[in-house]
Amino acid sequence: MEQILVYFYTYKEVIFVIALSIFLGIEVISHVPSVLHTPLMSGANAISGVIIIGGIILVGHADTSHISTELVLGVFAIIFATLNVAGGFVVTDRMLEMFKKKKK
Amino acid sequence: MDKIIGTLNGTPFTMGETLLQFSYLLAALLFVYGLKLLSHPETARRGNIIAGAGMLLAMISTMFLHKNADGQGIALTNIWIIIISIGIGTVLGWYIARTVKMTAMPQLVSFFNATGGLASALVALLEFPHADIHDVRLVLVTLLGLVIGSIAFSGSMIAYGKLDGKIKDIRAGIMKYVNIALLILVLAIFVYMLVSGKNTSELSWELYVLFGVSLLYGVLFVMPIGGADMPVVISLLNSFTGIAAAMAGFIYNNQAMILGGILVGAAGSILTVLMCNAMNRSLLNVIVGAFGGGPSSAEAEGGTMKEITLSDASILLSYSQNVVIIPGYGLAVAQAQHVCHEFDQLLASKGVNVRYAIHPVAGRMPGHMNVLLAEADVPYSQLVEMDDINPDMPNTDVAVVIGANDTVNTAAIDDPGSPIAGMPIIHAHEAKNIIVMKRGRGKGYAGIENQLFFGEKTRLLFGNAKDSLQALVSEIKSL
Repeated sequence: MEQILVYFYTYKEVIFVIALSIFLGIEVISHVPSVLHTPLMSGANAISGVIIIGGIILVGHADTSHISTELVLGVFAIIFATLNVAGGFVVTDRMLEMFKKKKK
Repeated sequence: MDKIIGTLNGTPFTMGETLLQFSYLLAALLFVYGLKLLSHPETARRGNIIAGAGMLLAMISTMFLHKNADGQGIALTNIWIIIISIGIGTVLGWYIARTVKMTAMPQLVSFFNATGGLASALVALLEFPHADIHDVRLVLVTLLGLVIGSIAFSGSMIAYGKLDGKIKDIRAGIMKYVNIALLILVLAIFVYMLVSGKNTSELSWELYVLFGVSLLYGVLFVMPIGGADMPVVISLLNSFTGIAAAMAGFIYNNQAMILGGILVGAAGSILTVLMCNAMNRSLLNVIVGAFGGGPSSAEAEGGTMKEITLSDASILLSYSQNVVIIPGYGLAVAQAQHVCHEFDQLLASKGVNVRYAIHPVAGRMPGHMNVLLAEADVPYSQLVEMDDINPDMPNTDVAVVIGANDTVNTAAIDDPGSPIAGMPIIHAHEAKNIIVMKRGRGKGYAGIENQLFFGEKTRLLFGNAKDSLQALVSEIKSL
Protein backbone atom coordinates (compact mmCIF):
# COMPACT_ATOMS: atom_id res chain seq x y z
CA MET A 1 0.00 0.00 0.00
CA GLU A 2 2.70 2.41 1.03
CA GLN A 3 4.62 1.55 -2.12
CA ILE A 4 1.68 2.46 -4.31
CA LEU A 5 1.40 5.80 -2.56
CA VAL A 6 5.13 6.42 -2.99
CA TYR A 7 4.77 5.57 -6.67
CA PHE A 8 1.81 7.89 -6.98
CA TYR A 9 3.68 10.77 -5.34
CA THR A 10 6.79 10.24 -7.45
CA TYR A 11 4.86 10.36 -10.71
CA LYS A 12 1.98 12.56 -9.65
CA GLU A 13 2.28 14.99 -12.59
CA VAL A 14 2.19 12.21 -15.16
CA ILE A 15 -0.69 10.49 -13.42
CA PHE A 16 -2.64 13.75 -13.47
CA VAL A 17 -2.00 14.13 -17.18
CA ILE A 18 -3.12 10.55 -17.88
CA ALA A 19 -6.26 10.74 -15.79
CA LEU A 20 -7.34 14.06 -17.25
CA SER A 21 -6.51 13.04 -20.83
CA ILE A 22 -8.63 9.92 -20.58
CA PHE A 23 -11.51 11.95 -19.21
CA LEU A 24 -11.01 14.59 -21.88
CA GLY A 25 -10.90 11.98 -24.64
CA ILE A 26 -14.15 10.44 -23.47
CA GLU A 27 -15.86 13.81 -23.02
CA VAL A 28 -14.76 15.18 -26.38
CA ILE A 29 -15.74 12.13 -28.38
CA SER A 30 -18.93 10.87 -26.79
CA HIS A 31 -22.22 11.61 -28.55
CA VAL A 32 -20.62 11.71 -31.96
CA PRO A 33 -23.23 11.21 -34.70
CA SER A 34 -22.55 8.03 -36.65
CA VAL A 35 -22.10 10.10 -39.81
CA LEU A 36 -18.77 11.17 -38.38
CA HIS A 37 -17.51 7.83 -37.06
CA THR A 38 -15.18 7.22 -39.96
CA PRO A 39 -13.69 10.74 -40.24
CA LEU A 40 -13.29 10.92 -36.47
CA MET A 41 -11.50 7.60 -36.36
CA SER A 42 -9.30 8.58 -39.24
CA GLY A 43 -8.55 12.02 -37.75
CA ALA A 44 -7.72 10.47 -34.37
CA ASN A 45 -5.57 7.99 -36.21
CA ALA A 46 -3.58 10.86 -37.72
CA ILE A 47 -3.05 12.33 -34.24
CA SER A 48 -1.57 9.02 -33.09
CA GLY A 49 1.17 9.82 -35.60
CA VAL A 50 2.46 12.12 -32.84
CA ILE A 51 5.02 9.33 -32.38
CA ILE A 52 6.87 11.23 -35.09
CA ILE A 53 8.26 13.47 -32.33
CA GLY A 54 9.90 10.37 -30.89
CA GLY A 55 11.39 9.61 -34.30
CA ILE A 56 12.69 13.15 -34.65
CA ILE A 57 14.34 13.06 -31.21
CA LEU A 58 15.84 9.66 -31.96
CA VAL A 59 17.31 10.56 -35.34
CA GLY A 60 18.13 14.06 -34.15
CA HIS A 61 20.62 12.81 -31.61
CA ALA A 62 21.85 9.81 -33.58
CA ASP A 63 25.49 9.56 -34.64
CA THR A 64 25.65 10.45 -38.33
CA SER A 65 29.37 9.81 -38.81
CA HIS A 66 28.57 6.32 -40.07
CA ILE A 67 25.44 4.45 -41.06
CA SER A 68 24.16 2.53 -38.05
CA THR A 69 21.12 0.34 -37.48
CA GLU A 70 19.83 3.02 -35.17
CA LEU A 71 20.03 5.68 -37.85
CA VAL A 72 18.43 3.52 -40.56
CA LEU A 73 15.59 2.23 -38.38
CA GLY A 74 15.11 5.75 -36.99
CA VAL A 75 14.71 7.12 -40.50
CA PHE A 76 12.16 4.40 -41.20
CA ALA A 77 10.32 5.30 -38.00
CA ILE A 78 10.07 8.92 -39.19
CA ILE A 79 8.92 7.90 -42.67
CA PHE A 80 6.24 5.57 -41.31
CA ALA A 81 5.07 8.10 -38.74
CA THR A 82 4.83 10.81 -41.41
CA LEU A 83 2.84 8.43 -43.61
CA ASN A 84 0.44 8.11 -40.68
CA VAL A 85 0.29 11.85 -40.06
CA ALA A 86 0.15 13.17 -43.63
CA GLY A 87 -1.94 10.33 -45.01
CA GLY A 88 -4.30 10.43 -42.04
CA PHE A 89 -5.01 14.15 -42.16
CA VAL A 90 -5.28 14.27 -45.95
CA VAL A 91 -7.63 11.31 -46.18
CA THR A 92 -9.80 12.73 -43.40
CA ASP A 93 -9.98 16.02 -45.22
CA ARG A 94 -10.94 14.23 -48.41
CA MET A 95 -13.72 12.42 -46.63
CA LEU A 96 -15.05 15.58 -44.98
CA GLU A 97 -14.88 17.47 -48.26
CA MET A 98 -17.24 14.85 -49.63
CA PHE A 99 -19.67 15.41 -46.78
CA LYS A 100 -19.42 19.15 -47.20
CA LYS A 101 -20.32 19.57 -50.83
CA LYS A 102 -23.80 18.15 -50.53
CA LYS A 103 -24.84 20.26 -47.59
CA LYS A 104 -26.41 22.78 -49.92
CA MET B 1 17.82 30.51 -27.53
CA ASP B 2 20.58 29.20 -25.31
CA LYS B 3 20.13 32.04 -22.87
CA ILE B 4 19.46 30.75 -19.39
CA ILE B 5 16.32 32.43 -18.15
CA GLY B 6 15.81 30.77 -14.81
CA THR B 7 16.36 27.76 -12.58
CA LEU B 8 14.00 25.00 -11.41
CA ASN B 9 15.00 22.86 -8.40
CA GLY B 10 18.54 24.06 -8.90
CA THR B 11 18.68 23.16 -12.61
CA PRO B 12 18.98 26.09 -14.99
CA PHE B 13 16.76 26.15 -18.05
CA THR B 14 17.09 28.04 -21.30
CA MET B 15 14.81 30.12 -23.45
CA GLY B 16 14.73 27.33 -26.09
CA GLU B 17 13.64 24.67 -23.62
CA THR B 18 10.89 26.90 -22.34
CA LEU B 19 9.64 27.69 -25.82
CA LEU B 20 9.69 23.99 -26.72
CA GLN B 21 7.54 23.08 -23.73
CA PHE B 22 5.23 25.97 -24.53
CA SER B 23 4.81 24.78 -28.11
CA TYR B 24 4.00 21.28 -26.81
CA LEU B 25 1.28 22.76 -24.63
CA LEU B 26 -0.09 24.60 -27.64
CA ALA B 27 0.06 21.45 -29.78
CA ALA B 28 -1.77 19.45 -27.11
CA LEU B 29 -4.48 22.11 -26.92
CA LEU B 30 -4.80 22.11 -30.70
CA PHE B 31 -5.23 18.31 -30.65
CA VAL B 32 -8.02 18.54 -28.10
CA TYR B 33 -9.73 21.43 -29.84
CA GLY B 34 -9.37 19.78 -33.25
CA LEU B 35 -10.84 16.54 -32.00
CA LYS B 36 -13.70 18.45 -30.39
CA LEU B 37 -14.52 20.18 -33.68
CA LEU B 38 -14.20 16.87 -35.51
CA SER B 39 -17.17 15.53 -33.62
CA HIS B 40 -19.64 18.01 -35.14
CA PRO B 41 -20.60 17.89 -38.83
CA GLU B 42 -20.36 21.65 -39.43
CA THR B 43 -16.94 22.10 -37.90
CA ALA B 44 -15.34 18.74 -38.67
CA ARG B 45 -13.16 19.86 -41.54
CA ARG B 46 -11.75 22.82 -39.62
CA GLY B 47 -11.10 20.49 -36.68
CA ASN B 48 -9.03 18.20 -38.83
CA ILE B 49 -6.91 21.08 -40.09
CA ILE B 50 -6.43 22.47 -36.57
CA ALA B 51 -5.23 19.10 -35.28
CA GLY B 52 -2.88 18.93 -38.25
CA ALA B 53 -1.52 22.38 -37.42
CA GLY B 54 -0.84 21.18 -33.87
CA MET B 55 1.17 18.30 -35.26
CA LEU B 56 3.19 20.54 -37.55
CA LEU B 57 3.98 22.89 -34.67
CA ALA B 58 5.17 20.04 -32.46
CA MET B 59 7.34 18.64 -35.27
CA ILE B 60 9.03 21.91 -36.17
CA SER B 61 9.70 23.02 -32.61
CA THR B 62 11.15 19.61 -31.72
CA MET B 63 13.46 19.76 -34.69
CA PHE B 64 14.89 23.16 -33.82
CA LEU B 65 14.60 23.37 -30.05
CA HIS B 66 15.04 19.87 -28.67
CA LYS B 67 18.12 19.21 -26.58
CA ASN B 68 19.33 15.86 -25.26
CA ALA B 69 20.38 15.20 -21.66
CA ASP B 70 23.83 16.69 -22.35
CA GLY B 71 22.21 19.89 -23.50
CA GLN B 72 23.09 19.34 -27.13
CA GLY B 73 20.71 20.46 -29.85
CA ILE B 74 20.03 18.62 -33.09
CA ALA B 75 22.94 19.01 -35.52
CA LEU B 76 22.39 20.37 -39.01
CA THR B 77 23.20 17.04 -40.72
CA ASN B 78 20.58 15.33 -38.57
CA ILE B 79 18.05 18.04 -39.35
CA TRP B 80 18.54 17.42 -43.04
CA ILE B 81 18.11 13.69 -42.60
CA ILE B 82 14.91 14.33 -40.64
CA ILE B 83 13.54 16.78 -43.21
CA ILE B 84 14.25 14.39 -46.08
CA SER B 85 12.59 11.50 -44.21
CA ILE B 86 9.56 13.64 -43.45
CA GLY B 87 9.50 14.74 -47.09
CA ILE B 88 9.43 11.14 -48.32
CA GLY B 89 6.68 10.20 -45.87
CA THR B 90 4.60 13.27 -46.68
CA VAL B 91 4.77 12.84 -50.44
CA LEU B 92 3.97 9.13 -50.18
CA GLY B 93 1.18 9.61 -47.66
CA TRP B 94 -0.33 12.51 -49.55
CA TYR B 95 -0.18 10.62 -52.83
CA ILE B 96 -1.77 7.47 -51.41
CA ALA B 97 -4.46 9.42 -49.53
CA ARG B 98 -5.38 11.45 -52.62
CA THR B 99 -5.36 8.74 -55.26
CA VAL B 100 -6.88 5.71 -53.54
CA LYS B 101 -10.48 5.18 -54.53
CA MET B 102 -13.03 6.34 -52.00
CA THR B 103 -14.47 2.84 -51.77
CA ALA B 104 -11.10 1.59 -50.50
CA MET B 105 -11.41 3.89 -47.48
CA PRO B 106 -11.61 1.16 -44.78
CA GLN B 107 -8.39 -0.44 -46.04
CA LEU B 108 -6.66 2.90 -46.22
CA VAL B 109 -7.52 3.88 -42.65
CA SER B 110 -6.20 0.50 -41.51
CA PHE B 111 -3.01 0.93 -43.50
CA PHE B 112 -2.23 4.34 -42.01
CA ASN B 113 -2.96 2.96 -38.58
CA ALA B 114 -0.45 0.19 -39.25
CA THR B 115 2.31 2.64 -40.16
CA GLY B 116 1.76 4.58 -36.93
CA GLY B 117 1.96 1.36 -34.91
CA LEU B 118 5.18 0.34 -36.65
CA ALA B 119 6.75 3.74 -35.98
CA SER B 120 5.95 3.37 -32.27
CA ALA B 121 7.38 -0.14 -32.20
CA LEU B 122 10.59 1.01 -33.93
CA VAL B 123 11.07 3.93 -31.54
CA ALA B 124 10.65 1.60 -28.54
CA LEU B 125 12.98 -0.96 -30.11
CA LEU B 126 15.72 1.65 -30.56
CA GLU B 127 15.25 3.35 -27.19
CA PHE B 128 15.31 0.17 -25.12
CA PRO B 129 19.11 -0.35 -25.14
CA HIS B 130 19.55 3.20 -23.78
CA ALA B 131 17.24 2.63 -20.84
CA ASP B 132 18.61 1.93 -17.38
CA ILE B 133 17.29 -1.48 -16.30
CA HIS B 134 16.86 -0.21 -12.76
CA ASP B 135 14.46 2.44 -13.96
CA VAL B 136 11.52 0.03 -13.91
CA ARG B 137 9.04 2.62 -15.09
CA LEU B 138 11.10 3.46 -18.17
CA VAL B 139 11.75 -0.19 -19.05
CA LEU B 140 8.07 -0.97 -18.57
CA VAL B 141 6.74 1.77 -20.83
CA THR B 142 9.35 1.04 -23.49
CA LEU B 143 8.45 -2.64 -23.62
CA LEU B 144 4.73 -1.86 -23.53
CA GLY B 145 5.21 0.57 -26.42
CA LEU B 146 7.02 -2.16 -28.35
CA VAL B 147 4.41 -4.84 -27.71
CA ILE B 148 1.32 -2.66 -28.29
CA GLY B 149 2.84 -0.91 -31.31
CA SER B 150 3.78 -4.25 -32.91
CA ILE B 151 0.32 -5.73 -32.33
CA ALA B 152 -1.28 -2.58 -33.77
CA PHE B 153 1.00 -2.79 -36.80
CA SER B 154 0.64 -6.44 -37.75
CA GLY B 155 -3.03 -6.53 -36.74
CA SER B 156 -3.84 -3.50 -38.89
CA MET B 157 -1.94 -4.97 -41.83
CA ILE B 158 -4.05 -8.13 -41.60
CA ALA B 159 -7.21 -6.00 -41.28
CA TYR B 160 -6.02 -4.10 -44.36
CA GLY B 161 -5.54 -7.37 -46.26
CA LYS B 162 -8.97 -8.62 -45.24
CA LEU B 163 -10.77 -5.43 -46.19
CA ASP B 164 -8.95 -5.44 -49.49
CA GLY B 165 -10.06 -9.01 -50.09
CA LYS B 166 -6.47 -10.30 -50.12
CA ILE B 167 -6.75 -12.34 -46.92
CA LYS B 168 -9.53 -14.72 -46.01
CA ASP B 169 -10.82 -15.31 -42.48
CA ILE B 170 -9.37 -18.31 -40.75
CA ARG B 171 -11.79 -19.50 -38.14
CA ALA B 172 -10.38 -22.71 -36.75
CA GLY B 173 -11.37 -23.50 -33.18
CA ILE B 174 -7.74 -24.09 -32.27
CA MET B 175 -6.85 -20.44 -32.97
CA LYS B 176 -8.35 -19.45 -29.65
CA TYR B 177 -5.83 -21.60 -27.76
CA VAL B 178 -2.90 -20.63 -29.98
CA ASN B 179 -3.70 -16.97 -29.31
CA ILE B 180 -3.93 -17.43 -25.57
CA ALA B 181 -0.65 -19.35 -25.62
CA LEU B 182 1.03 -16.55 -27.59
CA LEU B 183 -0.28 -13.92 -25.23
CA ILE B 184 1.15 -15.86 -22.29
CA LEU B 185 4.46 -16.14 -24.15
CA VAL B 186 4.54 -12.36 -24.67
CA LEU B 187 3.92 -11.84 -20.96
CA ALA B 188 6.55 -14.41 -20.01
CA ILE B 189 9.28 -12.78 -22.12
CA PHE B 190 8.18 -9.42 -20.81
CA VAL B 191 8.49 -10.46 -17.18
CA TYR B 192 11.75 -12.28 -17.84
CA MET B 193 13.30 -9.14 -19.28
CA LEU B 194 12.23 -7.15 -16.25
CA VAL B 195 13.58 -9.56 -13.65
CA SER B 196 16.57 -11.12 -15.43
CA GLY B 197 18.95 -8.66 -13.81
CA LYS B 198 20.78 -8.22 -17.13
CA ASN B 199 21.46 -4.78 -18.50
CA THR B 200 19.18 -3.53 -21.25
CA SER B 201 22.00 -3.58 -23.79
CA GLU B 202 22.54 -7.29 -23.06
CA LEU B 203 18.90 -8.10 -23.70
CA SER B 204 18.91 -7.45 -27.45
CA TRP B 205 18.21 -11.08 -28.33
CA GLU B 206 15.19 -11.18 -26.00
CA LEU B 207 14.07 -7.80 -27.31
CA TYR B 208 13.85 -9.03 -30.90
CA VAL B 209 12.07 -12.21 -29.83
CA LEU B 210 9.51 -10.08 -28.00
CA PHE B 211 9.12 -7.93 -31.12
CA GLY B 212 8.63 -11.02 -33.30
CA VAL B 213 6.16 -12.75 -30.99
CA SER B 214 4.12 -9.55 -30.63
CA LEU B 215 3.96 -9.20 -34.41
CA LEU B 216 2.82 -12.80 -34.70
CA TYR B 217 0.19 -12.27 -32.02
CA GLY B 218 -1.18 -9.27 -33.92
CA VAL B 219 -1.53 -11.40 -37.04
CA LEU B 220 -3.24 -14.31 -35.33
CA PHE B 221 -5.45 -12.11 -33.18
CA VAL B 222 -7.08 -10.42 -36.18
CA MET B 223 -7.02 -13.49 -38.43
CA PRO B 224 -10.22 -15.17 -37.15
CA ILE B 225 -12.20 -11.93 -36.89
CA GLY B 226 -14.11 -10.80 -39.90
CA GLY B 227 -17.27 -9.51 -41.42
CA ALA B 228 -19.55 -7.58 -39.13
CA ASP B 229 -16.91 -7.64 -36.39
CA MET B 230 -14.44 -5.63 -38.44
CA PRO B 231 -15.67 -2.22 -37.17
CA VAL B 232 -14.89 -3.32 -33.62
CA VAL B 233 -11.40 -4.55 -34.47
CA ILE B 234 -10.54 -1.48 -36.49
CA SER B 235 -11.47 0.91 -33.72
CA LEU B 236 -9.65 -1.29 -31.20
CA LEU B 237 -6.45 -1.28 -33.26
CA ASN B 238 -6.82 2.47 -33.63
CA SER B 239 -6.83 2.87 -29.87
CA PHE B 240 -3.77 0.56 -29.61
CA THR B 241 -1.76 2.85 -31.86
CA GLY B 242 -2.70 5.78 -29.65
CA ILE B 243 -1.65 3.94 -26.50
CA ALA B 244 1.64 2.89 -28.11
CA ALA B 245 2.36 6.53 -28.98
CA ALA B 246 1.54 7.55 -25.39
CA MET B 247 4.01 4.94 -24.10
CA ALA B 248 6.70 6.47 -26.29
CA GLY B 249 5.67 9.81 -24.83
CA PHE B 250 6.55 8.46 -21.37
CA ILE B 251 10.01 7.46 -22.65
CA TYR B 252 10.75 11.07 -23.57
CA ASN B 253 8.58 12.59 -20.86
CA ASN B 254 6.90 14.43 -23.68
CA GLN B 255 3.50 15.83 -22.68
CA ALA B 256 2.30 16.42 -26.26
CA MET B 257 2.93 12.77 -27.14
CA ILE B 258 1.36 11.52 -23.91
CA LEU B 259 -1.75 13.64 -24.30
CA GLY B 260 -2.12 13.02 -28.03
CA GLY B 261 -1.65 9.29 -27.61
CA ILE B 262 -4.05 8.94 -24.71
CA LEU B 263 -6.68 11.07 -26.47
CA VAL B 264 -6.57 8.72 -29.43
CA GLY B 265 -6.53 5.71 -27.13
CA ALA B 266 -9.62 6.97 -25.31
CA ALA B 267 -11.42 7.92 -28.53
CA GLY B 268 -10.67 4.52 -30.06
CA SER B 269 -11.87 2.76 -26.94
CA ILE B 270 -15.16 4.63 -26.93
CA LEU B 271 -15.74 3.82 -30.57
CA THR B 272 -14.95 0.17 -29.79
CA VAL B 273 -17.51 0.16 -26.99
CA LEU B 274 -20.09 1.87 -29.25
CA MET B 275 -19.57 -0.78 -31.91
CA CYS B 276 -19.81 -3.59 -29.37
CA ASN B 277 -23.03 -2.12 -27.97
CA ALA B 278 -24.44 -1.89 -31.48
CA MET B 279 -24.07 -5.65 -31.65
CA ASN B 280 -24.99 -6.32 -28.04
CA ARG B 281 -21.76 -8.27 -27.60
CA SER B 282 -18.84 -7.92 -25.27
CA LEU B 283 -15.39 -7.11 -26.57
CA LEU B 284 -14.11 -10.46 -25.33
CA ASN B 285 -16.87 -12.19 -27.25
CA VAL B 286 -15.79 -10.43 -30.45
CA ILE B 287 -12.12 -11.22 -29.96
CA VAL B 288 -12.68 -14.85 -29.09
CA GLY B 289 -15.13 -14.99 -31.99
CA ALA B 290 -18.26 -16.78 -30.86
CA PHE B 291 -20.11 -16.14 -34.13
CA GLY B 292 -20.91 -19.00 -36.42
CA GLY B 293 -21.07 -21.35 -33.45
CA GLY B 294 -23.97 -23.58 -32.50
CA PRO B 295 -27.16 -23.64 -34.58
CA SER B 296 -29.91 -21.33 -33.43
CA SER B 297 -33.21 -22.75 -32.36
CA ALA B 298 -35.11 -21.04 -35.16
CA GLU B 299 -32.90 -22.43 -37.86
CA ALA B 300 -35.02 -25.45 -38.60
CA GLU B 301 -38.13 -23.46 -39.48
CA GLY B 302 -37.00 -21.91 -42.75
CA GLY B 303 -39.83 -21.55 -45.23
CA THR B 304 -39.96 -20.35 -48.76
CA MET B 305 -38.52 -17.16 -50.14
CA LYS B 306 -40.89 -15.35 -52.46
CA GLU B 307 -39.36 -13.57 -55.41
CA ILE B 308 -40.62 -10.38 -56.97
CA THR B 309 -40.44 -9.38 -60.62
CA LEU B 310 -38.79 -6.12 -61.61
CA SER B 311 -42.04 -4.65 -62.92
CA ASP B 312 -43.93 -5.48 -59.73
CA ALA B 313 -41.15 -4.00 -57.65
CA SER B 314 -41.00 -0.80 -59.68
CA ILE B 315 -44.77 -0.29 -59.51
CA LEU B 316 -44.81 -0.95 -55.78
CA LEU B 317 -42.00 1.53 -55.19
CA SER B 318 -43.26 4.24 -57.53
CA TYR B 319 -46.66 4.38 -55.87
CA SER B 320 -45.35 4.43 -52.31
CA GLN B 321 -45.23 7.45 -50.05
CA ASN B 322 -42.47 6.42 -47.71
CA VAL B 323 -39.53 4.27 -48.72
CA VAL B 324 -36.63 3.41 -46.43
CA ILE B 325 -33.46 2.01 -47.92
CA ILE B 326 -31.43 -0.18 -45.57
CA PRO B 327 -27.91 -0.58 -46.95
CA GLY B 328 -25.39 -3.17 -45.83
CA TYR B 329 -21.99 -4.46 -46.80
CA GLY B 330 -23.45 -5.96 -50.00
CA LEU B 331 -23.94 -2.42 -51.31
CA ALA B 332 -20.25 -1.67 -50.75
CA VAL B 333 -19.10 -4.94 -52.29
CA ALA B 334 -21.18 -4.37 -55.41
CA GLN B 335 -20.01 -0.70 -55.55
CA ALA B 336 -23.65 0.14 -56.06
CA GLN B 337 -23.69 3.46 -54.15
CA HIS B 338 -23.94 5.65 -57.27
CA VAL B 339 -26.76 3.74 -58.90
CA CYS B 340 -28.42 3.58 -55.50
CA HIS B 341 -28.44 7.36 -55.35
CA GLU B 342 -29.83 7.47 -58.88
CA PHE B 343 -32.53 5.10 -57.65
CA ASP B 344 -33.46 7.29 -54.67
CA GLN B 345 -33.50 10.45 -56.79
CA LEU B 346 -35.73 8.80 -59.34
CA LEU B 347 -38.20 7.79 -56.64
CA ALA B 348 -38.02 11.28 -55.10
CA SER B 349 -38.88 12.77 -58.48
CA LYS B 350 -42.05 10.69 -58.34
CA GLY B 351 -42.95 12.23 -55.01
CA VAL B 352 -41.73 9.38 -52.83
CA ASN B 353 -40.12 10.28 -49.51
CA VAL B 354 -36.88 8.25 -49.56
CA ARG B 355 -34.62 7.89 -46.55
CA TYR B 356 -31.69 5.69 -45.65
CA ALA B 357 -31.60 3.76 -42.38
CA ILE B 358 -28.05 3.38 -41.13
CA HIS B 359 -27.16 0.66 -38.64
CA PRO B 360 -24.05 1.52 -36.58
CA VAL B 361 -22.19 -1.63 -37.61
CA ALA B 362 -23.38 -1.83 -41.22
CA GLY B 363 -20.30 -2.32 -43.37
CA ARG B 364 -16.75 -2.99 -42.31
CA MET B 365 -15.72 0.05 -40.32
CA PRO B 366 -17.49 2.51 -38.04
CA GLY B 367 -19.56 4.83 -40.23
CA HIS B 368 -18.77 2.89 -43.42
CA MET B 369 -22.21 3.37 -45.00
CA ASN B 370 -22.11 7.12 -44.38
CA VAL B 371 -18.82 7.52 -46.21
CA LEU B 372 -19.95 5.23 -49.01
CA LEU B 373 -23.20 7.12 -49.60
CA ALA B 374 -21.53 10.50 -49.21
CA GLU B 375 -19.21 9.51 -52.03
CA ALA B 376 -22.28 9.03 -54.20
CA ASP B 377 -23.50 12.53 -53.20
CA VAL B 378 -26.39 11.35 -51.04
CA PRO B 379 -27.12 14.32 -48.75
CA TYR B 380 -26.49 13.37 -45.17
CA SER B 381 -29.81 14.79 -44.06
CA GLN B 382 -31.24 11.77 -45.84
CA LEU B 383 -29.25 9.34 -43.71
CA VAL B 384 -31.13 8.47 -40.54
CA GLU B 385 -29.68 6.63 -37.58
CA MET B 386 -31.24 3.39 -36.43
CA ASP B 387 -32.85 4.72 -33.24
CA ASP B 388 -34.44 7.62 -35.11
CA ILE B 389 -35.88 5.62 -37.97
CA ASN B 390 -37.24 2.65 -36.02
CA PRO B 391 -40.34 4.46 -34.67
CA ASP B 392 -41.17 5.38 -38.29
CA MET B 393 -40.90 1.89 -39.68
CA PRO B 394 -44.59 0.94 -39.25
CA ASN B 395 -45.50 3.96 -41.45
CA THR B 396 -43.07 2.91 -44.12
CA ASP B 397 -44.62 1.54 -47.30
CA VAL B 398 -41.56 -0.24 -48.56
CA ALA B 399 -38.31 -1.11 -46.80
CA VAL B 400 -35.63 -1.84 -49.38
CA VAL B 401 -32.90 -3.99 -47.86
CA ILE B 402 -29.78 -3.81 -50.02
CA GLY B 403 -27.04 -6.23 -49.12
CA ALA B 404 -27.84 -6.13 -45.40
CA ASN B 405 -28.68 -9.22 -43.40
CA ASP B 406 -27.79 -9.51 -39.73
CA THR B 407 -28.68 -5.86 -39.08
CA VAL B 408 -32.33 -6.59 -39.99
CA ASN B 409 -32.53 -10.12 -38.60
CA THR B 410 -35.63 -10.46 -36.42
CA ALA B 411 -34.02 -13.36 -34.58
CA ALA B 412 -32.26 -10.67 -32.57
CA ILE B 413 -35.63 -9.72 -31.10
CA ASP B 414 -37.67 -12.88 -30.90
CA ASP B 415 -35.21 -15.76 -30.62
CA PRO B 416 -33.41 -15.72 -27.27
CA GLY B 417 -31.34 -18.73 -28.38
CA SER B 418 -29.88 -16.93 -31.37
CA PRO B 419 -26.22 -15.87 -31.32
CA ILE B 420 -27.35 -12.33 -32.13
CA ALA B 421 -30.15 -12.24 -29.54
CA GLY B 422 -30.49 -8.76 -28.09
CA MET B 423 -28.56 -7.03 -30.87
CA PRO B 424 -30.40 -3.81 -31.80
CA ILE B 425 -31.68 -4.06 -35.37
CA ILE B 426 -33.45 -1.86 -37.88
CA HIS B 427 -37.11 -2.84 -37.74
CA ALA B 428 -37.50 -3.60 -41.44
CA HIS B 429 -40.09 -6.26 -40.59
CA GLU B 430 -42.49 -3.57 -39.38
CA ALA B 431 -42.72 -1.94 -42.81
CA LYS B 432 -45.81 -2.66 -44.90
CA ASN B 433 -43.73 -4.25 -47.64
CA ILE B 434 -40.15 -5.40 -47.70
CA ILE B 435 -38.00 -5.84 -50.77
CA VAL B 436 -34.72 -7.61 -50.15
CA MET B 437 -31.90 -7.46 -52.67
CA LYS B 438 -29.32 -10.13 -52.09
CA ARG B 439 -26.87 -12.10 -54.11
CA GLY B 440 -28.10 -15.56 -53.25
CA ARG B 441 -29.97 -17.57 -50.73
CA GLY B 442 -27.00 -17.69 -48.36
CA LYS B 443 -26.88 -16.61 -44.76
CA GLY B 444 -25.28 -13.45 -43.40
CA TYR B 445 -21.87 -13.18 -41.81
CA ALA B 446 -23.17 -14.54 -38.53
CA GLY B 447 -24.35 -17.66 -40.34
CA ILE B 448 -27.86 -17.35 -38.98
CA GLU B 449 -31.04 -17.91 -40.95
CA ASN B 450 -32.99 -14.68 -41.31
CA GLN B 451 -36.74 -15.07 -40.77
CA LEU B 452 -37.35 -11.67 -42.36
CA PHE B 453 -36.54 -13.18 -45.75
CA PHE B 454 -39.31 -15.74 -45.38
CA GLY B 455 -41.93 -13.31 -44.07
CA GLU B 456 -45.37 -12.80 -45.58
CA LYS B 457 -44.63 -9.20 -46.57
CA THR B 458 -41.16 -9.91 -47.93
CA ARG B 459 -40.25 -10.24 -51.58
CA LEU B 460 -36.77 -11.00 -52.85
CA LEU B 461 -34.82 -9.67 -55.78
CA PHE B 462 -31.83 -11.92 -56.36
CA GLY B 463 -28.62 -10.76 -57.94
CA ASN B 464 -25.71 -8.39 -57.48
CA ALA B 465 -26.98 -5.17 -55.87
CA LYS B 466 -25.62 -3.00 -58.66
CA ASP B 467 -27.28 -5.03 -61.43
CA SER B 468 -30.58 -5.26 -59.54
CA LEU B 469 -30.63 -1.51 -58.87
CA GLN B 470 -29.72 -0.70 -62.45
CA ALA B 471 -32.47 -2.94 -63.78
CA LEU B 472 -34.90 -1.43 -61.31
CA VAL B 473 -33.96 2.12 -62.31
CA SER B 474 -34.57 1.46 -65.99
CA GLU B 475 -37.79 -0.33 -65.19
CA ILE B 476 -39.08 2.62 -63.14
CA LYS B 477 -38.05 5.04 -65.90
CA SER B 478 -40.06 3.09 -68.46
CA LEU B 479 -43.20 3.11 -66.33
